[in-house]
Amino acid sequence: MIQLFIKEVNGFLDSLIAYIVITVFLTGIGLLMWVFPDTNVFDYGYADMSTLFTLGPYVFMFLIPAITMRMLAEEQKSGTMELLLTRPLTDLQIILGKYFAGFFLVFFSVLPTVIYYYSVAQLGNPVGNIDTAGVIGSYIGLLLLGGVFTSIGILASSLSENQIVSFILAVFLCFIFFDGFESLSGLFDSGALDVAQLGIIYHYNAMSRGLIDSRDVVYFLGVIAIMIMLTNLKMSSRKW
Amino acid sequence: MSVEVQNLTKTFGAQKAVDAISFSAKHGEILGFLGPNGAGKSTTMKIATCYLPPTNGQVKVAGLDVVDEPLEVRKRVGYLPEHNPLYLEMFVHEYLGFIGSLHGLTGLGLKSRAAEMIALCGLTAEQNKKIGQLSKGYRQRVGLAQAMIHDPEVLILDEPTSGLDPNQITEIRNVIKQISTEKTVIFSTHIMQEVQALCDRVVIINKGSIVADSKVADLKSTSDHDVIKLEFKAAINTEPLMALEAIQNLEELAEGLYKIKVQKDADLRSEIFGLASQHNWPLVGLNQEEGSLEEIFRQLTQKEEVEV
Repeated sequence: MIQLFIKEVNGFLDSLIAYIVITVFLTGIGLLMWVFPDTNVFDYGYADMSTLFTLGPYVFMFLIPAITMRMLAEEQKSGTMELLLTRPLTDLQIILGKYFAGFFLVFFSVLPTVIYYYSVAQLGNPVGNIDTAGVIGSYIGLLLLGGVFTSIGILASSLSENQIVSFILAVFLCFIFFDGFESLSGLFDSGALDVAQLGIIYHYNAMSRGLIDSRDVVYFLGVIAIMIMLTNLKMSSRKW
Repeated sequence: MSVEVQNLTKTFGAQKAVDAISFSAKHGEILGFLGPNGAGKSTTMKIATCYLPPTNGQVKVAGLDVVDEPLEVRKRVGYLPEHNPLYLEMFVHEYLGFIGSLHGLTGLGLKSRAAEMIALCGLTAEQNKKIGQLSKGYRQRVGLAQAMIHDPEVLILDEPTSGLDPNQITEIRNVIKQISTEKTVIFSTHIMQEVQALCDRVVIINKGSIVADSKVADLKSTSDHDVIKLEFKAAINTEPLMALEAIQNLEELAEGLYKIKVQKDADLRSEIFGLASQHNWPLVGLNQEEGSLEEIFRQLTQKEEVEV
């Protein structure tokens, strides 16, 4: 598994994917947070990082599927999947190797935004007047969300040999999971909370208040596990 | 037995790709696996390498069942899939390192093993190129190197020489021959000369069933006729030839070049020579061959169609 992880990460570095993803993410988020008039911190006047955490998921919604779309689809198409599957590796090891490689890239694109935290804290009045607990909670939420999006991307990638199909499918599923259930819950008057709870936003917002509730963490990890299991199921369907 | 296939059946939906075949390969043996396209060769190989599960029957590789212990089997098998899939964006040494690491090789052991394979497969000059830059012949060598990097007991090669030029074919054959002394090699092909040049034994499969399983030499003697090739300077009147009893059929390949099918073990050479001098035929070539493998292959794989 670790060998596959290394191979994937090397692949990101060789093919410029890593640099492009990190640059696009940081440039996009940086512009939104510091430059664009509607969303920048200076005009807003409060020392908080909500721009990063409310708009970050929407950037991820497109970036992560772009990272993951080729992972299994390309192996299928070029036939190298047969090569991997005839080595001493289980299907799950292959999936997880790829999953962690994708997550690794997400983690590294988020990491430099810690500088934003420092900057915002310095801008506070008095200096350091920022809701640190909320920021930490939000970071954990953002990474977990990145984890869910990556697992959705991997699943989508296993469903088609065509990378574009994988990408579109992944973006759509990410959207449904992030926003869709929340919006859907608005259709119903009572008992609507249950539907909203299926969505990521409900748990993500809870975490960004700085409250790490085990139920929210379990939700994120649960969705990741289900996506990985579905991918595993799809892979083993070749044996049916 | 290094590889043992018993009653193996594989169905895809309603289609039977492989139908209750059994054969085995001993240690140190090169087994040629022959058949027309779509006969079930690749399917059998995919099952033996644990890529696909059998529908029925049993396959044992190195004494281990492919269904019960797939990971252990995979450790002991080197596999070159059909079409030789490769990561085109990787460097040759990087790719071999990656495949070696999947087999649990690390550090110096991996490096020396990869270097050994690069030397064995004649890739020294190409090792710092990306695989995508290599010609087909070199890619095939990379595929072969990859299959052998973990020093497997059993090598399964699916059409290792397809699409190569004659020189490359000879080189790949030499590599296979070189390594086969301490391994079991099963390779599929539809080129007959290859079988003749390489194999100890041959299994011919047609439409999912085995139609022959024997030593290459024995197989030749199963043919029901021999072939004589005659070459004259000019076309001749063939009637006196046809009068010979043992001759079953005569075919004119080109002007003055004839192929005669004769009864098995009937040596007609002196009779023909006699006829030639009697009729003043300008005989320049006379060659009796046992039924060629191609002939036998054709007989075995087309017989069924006639019956159906």
